[in-house]
Amino acid sequence: MSGVAAAHPLRPRIDARVVPVLGAVAVFIVTAGFGSVAYGGFFSPQVFLNLLIDNAFLCIVGVGMTFVILSGGIDLSVGAVIALTTMVSAALVEQHHWSAAAAIPLVLAMGTAFGAFMGWLITRFRLQPFIVTLAGMFLARGLCYLISIDSISITDAGYTAIAQTRIPLFGDAASITVGALLAVVMVAIGIWLAHGTEFGRTVYAIGGNEASAVLMGLPVGRTTVLVYTFSGLCSALGGVVFTFYMLSGYGLHAVGLELDAIAAVVIGGTLLTGGVGYVIGTLFGVLILGVIQTLISFDGSLSSWWTRIVIGALLFVSCLLQRLFEARRP
Amino acid sequence: MRPPRSLRSLPPEGAHAADRQSGIRAWPWLSRLAEHRLFWPTCTLVLLLALNATFNAGFWQLQWRDGHLYGSLIDILNRAAPLAVVALGMTLVIATRGIDISVGAVVAIAGATAALLIGGTLVLKGGQQTYVSRTPMAVAIVAALAVAALCGLWNGLLVARVGMQPIIATLILMVAGRGIAQLITNGQIITVYYAPYFTIGNGFLLGLPFAVFIAAAVWVVLHLLMTRTALGLFIQAIGINPAAARLAGLPERLITVCVYVFCGFAAGVAGLIVSSNVKSADGNNAGLLLELDAILAVTLGGTLLTGGRFSLAGSVLGALIIQTLTSTIYSIGVPPEINLVVKAAVVFVVMLLQSAEFRASVRAWVQRRPLPGAPVR
Repeated sequence: MSGVAAAHPLRPRIDARVVPVLGAVAVFIVTAGFGSVAYGGFFSPQVFLNLLIDNAFLCIVGVGMTFVILSGGIDLSVGAVIALTTMVSAALVEQHHWSAAAAIPLVLAMGTAFGAFMGWLITRFRLQPFIVTLAGMFLARGLCYLISIDSISITDAGYTAIAQTRIPLFGDAASITVGALLAVVMVAIGIWLAHGTEFGRTVYAIGGNEASAVLMGLPVGRTTVLVYTFSGLCSALGGVVFTFYMLSGYGLHAVGLELDAIAAVVIGGTLLTGGVGYVIGTLFGVLILGVIQTLISFDGSLSSWWTRIVIGALLFVSCLLQRLFEARRP
Repeated sequence: MRPPRSLRSLPPEGAHAADRQSGIRAWPWLSRLAEHRLFWPTCTLVLLLALNATFNAGFWQLQWRDGHLYGSLIDILNRAAPLAVVALGMTLVIATRGIDISVGAVVAIAGATAALLIGGTLVLKGGQQTYVSRTPMAVAIVAALAVAALCGLWNGLLVARVGMQPIIATLILMVAGRGIAQLITNGQIITVYYAPYFTIGNGFLLGLPFAVFIAAAVWVVLHLLMTRTALGLFIQAIGINPAAARLAGLPERLITVCVYVFCGFAAGVAGLIVSSNVKSADGNNAGLLLELDAILAVTLGGTLLTGGRFSLAGSVLGALIIQTLTSTIYSIGVPPEINLVVKAAVVFVVMLLQSAEFRASVRAWVQRRPLPGAPVR
């Protein structure tokens, strides 16, 4: 780094690993800036807070996915686990008359156990994360349909009260939901886990080079199981927030959400090969996806499928930049 | 000292030797048969068919009606055809250590292109009702296949030229592809009113469904290409060690691109079959989750996801297994909702059986230390 700085005295010292994250922040600012200039009413605190409110579940799932991708793996089961969580919550609350206080811890424990089981399979039998989590996705969606093939709407007082709770910010100018608050808390916890704990450092080491991590004596197996366990917990929490958001349980909830989560993580500057990336980047990845959707809905003349195409294009550009970045790495 | 797990290479030959030793010694031909890589897929299929036959007495019956063969078996063959075609393309991609998760989206794009170009209306011409297509059907089919192959080319260039991981390179098209398909159909479900087009997915030839012939043709052509030319060997070499293959002078990148182009083309063929079968094109739902079924079919057929050796026949068997499983679930009266759970269970079992670690731990569990006093071999 010092050599580079000496060769280019004017170039500020920026760690090369931060560049993709800064790129994501820049893309967000540019897109949001464009929206603010182009559409009246876009530049208001509530529009920006809505980005967080409408994508709270994606943000929470993205935090878990960041750790999985940092460790060099992938988790395709997150969308299905969200659907299962909404389904189990709805069934417990509506059909068995549980209270929200009893149902939520149970579904969180269920998601965590689900993630731990997949992590154990991956570690113990050296299976490919892609296939294991794919099977987990089938299983979780299938379990949804075992409970009910129809949507179960939630009318429980506890759930609706939490769903409608608004926490005012900036005086009374804007407000956020419990889900959005949880998302911010999970991002903070994710940052702390990644940079403040032994677990986080081990995850980076595994993603950098698993064989080296083993030779260094790091607990690779245990950490890998924990990574998928954490992702399972995040998916379940995302599912709880999704339940608040939709107030229903349905087996077709959050179809394809795993792709959005992976896209958010990649756009946020995390390398898919593992080892490089930041949780805060994922937050911006989610915000970029949200701002694109908001722009398209503000425009009004563009159809909803343009969202998919633009997300694909963004994914392409960030993957291309990642490749250039990797090629420049010594 | 045991070497660390991730550094320990799996000894395939040693594992086979151990299987052979613990295998059935009395019948060497049986143990040799069990080692054939199509043995387990065939067993699974036979077991499923037998299960079907016990629950459904008329399962094996074939009827000749209106000049066509009818029956559960024919139905399974017909419905498995698009999956088999996609699985064949996927096999080659997986053999080069790749994966293509965009095939479902490509199926939707190809179906949408064909449906848009054909469109079709029923007009009265000289007192007779005739179907008129927007463009000639041949043009529409060629265009749809070309668009699908173009999608494959895009994937192939991203993997071989740009050097992206295959799962990510194809993820881009998987995300954007559904949007593109909806862009083509303008968010609507395009209904086709053109009878000749329905032949592809609903027609019959020599008493058998036409789609079966398409799948068989793709299989035969691919089989001849892989066995009569060195291409099969090249693909295996790339899958086993890409760097070594390149150093040995193989045009590694060109072959990789071609493999993805073929996978896109195969998905296009499947898209034509699917859209012709349902007589419409739905950009949102056509070929949904087909990529996962195709990967499952390839895995069931004994091709490892780590690349290298592959089996085209195995993938076709895998596709038949998946379709038979679905039919079984319907025919034994289990609610179709369980389909996904059963599929998940099958995937779990198959991937555990493919894991050398799992086989080793099962073997260790079966061959516990002999009890004291037991005869020493």
